[in-house]
Amino acid sequence: MSELFTISVIISLFFSAIRLATPLIFAALGGMFSERSGIINIALEGLMLAGAFTAAVATYELNNPYLGLLCGMAAGGVMALIYAVAVIQFEANQVVAGTAINFLMLGLPQLISGAVYDSSGSTPQIAKDYLLPDFGTFIANTNYFVIRGILILITLVVAKIIYDWLSGRPKAIGGNFDKLIAVVLAVVAVSLFTILLMLFSSSISIASILAFALIPICWYVLYKTPFGLRLRAVGENPAAADAAGVNVIKLRYVAVILSGILAAAGGAYLSIGQSSLFTRGMTAGRGFIALAALILAKWKPVPVLFACLFFGFTEALTIPLANYKLASGENIPVQFVQIIPYVLTIIVLAGFIGLSRAPKALGIPYSKEK
Amino acid sequence: MKILREIFSPLIAVVAAFIVGGIIVLLIKDDPLQTYSLLIGNSFGSLKDIGWTLFYATPLIFTGLAVAVAFRCGLFNIGAEGQLYVASFATAWVGITFGGVIVKVTDEYIHYPWADLSPFLLVPLCILTAIVVGGLWGAIPGFLRARFGSSEVINTIMLNFIGIALVSYLTQYHYKVSGDPILETAPIGKAAYIPQLKEYVSFIPSDVPLNFAFLIAILMCVLVYIFLWKTKWGYELRAVGANASAAEYGGISPKKQIIIAMTISGALAGMVAINEVLGSRHLYYDGFSAELGFLGIAVALLGRNHPLGVFVAAIFFAVLMRGEIFVDAFTRYVSKDIGLILQAIAILFVACLQKYSKK
Repeated sequence: MSELFTISVIISLFFSAIRLATPLIFAALGGMFSERSGIINIALEGLMLAGAFTAAVATYELNNPYLGLLCGMAAGGVMALIYAVAVIQFEANQVVAGTAINFLMLGLPQLISGAVYDSSGSTPQIAKDYLLPDFGTFIANTNYFVIRGILILITLVVAKIIYDWLSGRPKAIGGNFDKLIAVVLAVVAVSLFTILLMLFSSSISIASILAFALIPICWYVLYKTPFGLRLRAVGENPAAADAAGVNVIKLRYVAVILSGILAAAGGAYLSIGQSSLFTRGMTAGRGFIALAALILAKWKPVPVLFACLFFGFTEALTIPLANYKLASGENIPVQFVQIIPYVLTIIVLAGFIGLSRAPKALGIPYSKEK
Repeated sequence: MKILREIFSPLIAVVAAFIVGGIIVLLIKDDPLQTYSLLIGNSFGSLKDIGWTLFYATPLIFTGLAVAVAFRCGLFNIGAEGQLYVASFATAWVGITFGGVIVKVTDEYIHYPWADLSPFLLVPLCILTAIVVGGLWGAIPGFLRARFGSSEVINTIMLNFIGIALVSYLTQYHYKVSGDPILETAPIGKAAYIPQLKEYVSFIPSDVPLNFAFLIAILMCVLVYIFLWKTKWGYELRAVGANASAAEYGGISPKKQIIIAMTISGALAGMVAINEVLGSRHLYYDGFSAELGFLGIAVALLGRNHPLGVFVAAIFFAVLMRGEIFVDAFTRYVSKDIGLILQAIAILFVACLQKYSKK
């Protein structure tokens, strides 16, 4: 009988959870922008597939994962634009149009790869050197000055955030002293974080770092920028936002396209990060899981991180469980672990764990005449 | 004139889908005309073709009706997929347990000699199981919506995953014939088989699995029509779908109607089991559906949520499913995915045109 939770298993579980949460974070954050603006996004699954397929093809053809990622994100944006035209311009039912996009993305990649590569099963395998790298490989292959530049930039942003927080407090000392403290704290924080990353550099993909970095960025955009304020207003009460001079239609277009770009990035990580090719329906319901995570997180960016990590963790748990045998010699069925996120989502949605309130105008098309 | 208006937008959507699909085919340097003639031309050419097309249409009629009934109550049943899986497994379970089948699971034999039911008892029992289990699985999101106001869209999606995982567990650990590499149950008892139409109609070719489920599907179209438009219950259900608060003001309980609609919807989706388990495969096979439940959404939409429309739309989709095989085999570049693409584009157009077809 093997031990279920040895230290090495727990550590690998931790990193699998991060790896599996990465595509969910991208997609859930994408869904957040769309749903906060009042547009339901069932199409996340299809948008992820668009990103996964395009990224795999572009990376294979161009031998560059970063260009591949960008192409994937662009494809997600284009598909989201089609979705946006349907649901915003034509006021098509959002669930129906979303389902149509999901269907389209189940068929179209197959048709194209069948015609171009003569195999509708999958796209050709991408060489390992051209996949999205882990953090260590990324550092080793990138110009030293670029990395230093990125680090200084991040430190400055962190310092600014700390400074804003310090000077916003009632007992602010103010002036240069706050600035000094902010810079020192930022340098310490960024250094510690970088050292931590370097320690586990081969276990963390560059995409995971990107996904985690997106959480504070999305939080900032949603709560601290005029765009975010308008977005939330449009999702809650589009008529009032319109009266206040917000262009509801334009804002919703931007939000939906943004959600397509982010979801596609999550899909791209699946095809050019976790694996090395695109296979039919390779997202396997992750778009819907991201949607569930978004609901579990009550449409807020920071809880999205934890919801996605939790979902990633339950998925990661299925790997050691499959190899583990009880004293009686029986397996613990992985299916019982697999359904935890879905059961939890239903429970949360029913309001048993705090109130989960969707944006008020979610799913309702907006037209001025009303 | 009313009929013309009703079929106007589906017709435009289908034509538009074929145009867009044709452009896609041109873009991958193939011949759209050849593709389309292969896609459509092989569905009605012979009795065999017609039989297969109708066989493919049967489950789509059930899921299409399922989605349509929920639609009429203003609800989205994205969960037909989960409902039909759970119902199919339950039906297979009854067919195995009460069909006198000897199953060897791991080391022990499961056999209930007292449960050797005759076909006259077993077939109705199996059909009832399909209806009841599908209905119950559909009732859950209905209840959650009525009691807690939580979105049936999300809940049905979640229940799809839960249902499929549960039956896959049961299949894998309890009802699989040991040594079978495929995730499927033991075959159901012979007594649970429903008759093939070829046994009664001489001109149906012997390799066509068209069975009594098709007749049940037609019967369901009629029953759903009668229920929705000729009974008080159907009227109340549609009243809630048209305007829930007005219906409540008129003394109809929307909560009750929501639960009823979702139960009926689930039951109809569950009836897919009659065709798949009792009529053709004679066992539960993990993953047999391949999006039948989701296609039901498209069928209902294209059929304007009317039983007759659902029937026609199901036939149309079945034509595409049948034609896909020939497209795959005989064109240079186009793969069978063209069928799915055409369906997707057609749904998108119908959804976009809905705004203009009201009133």
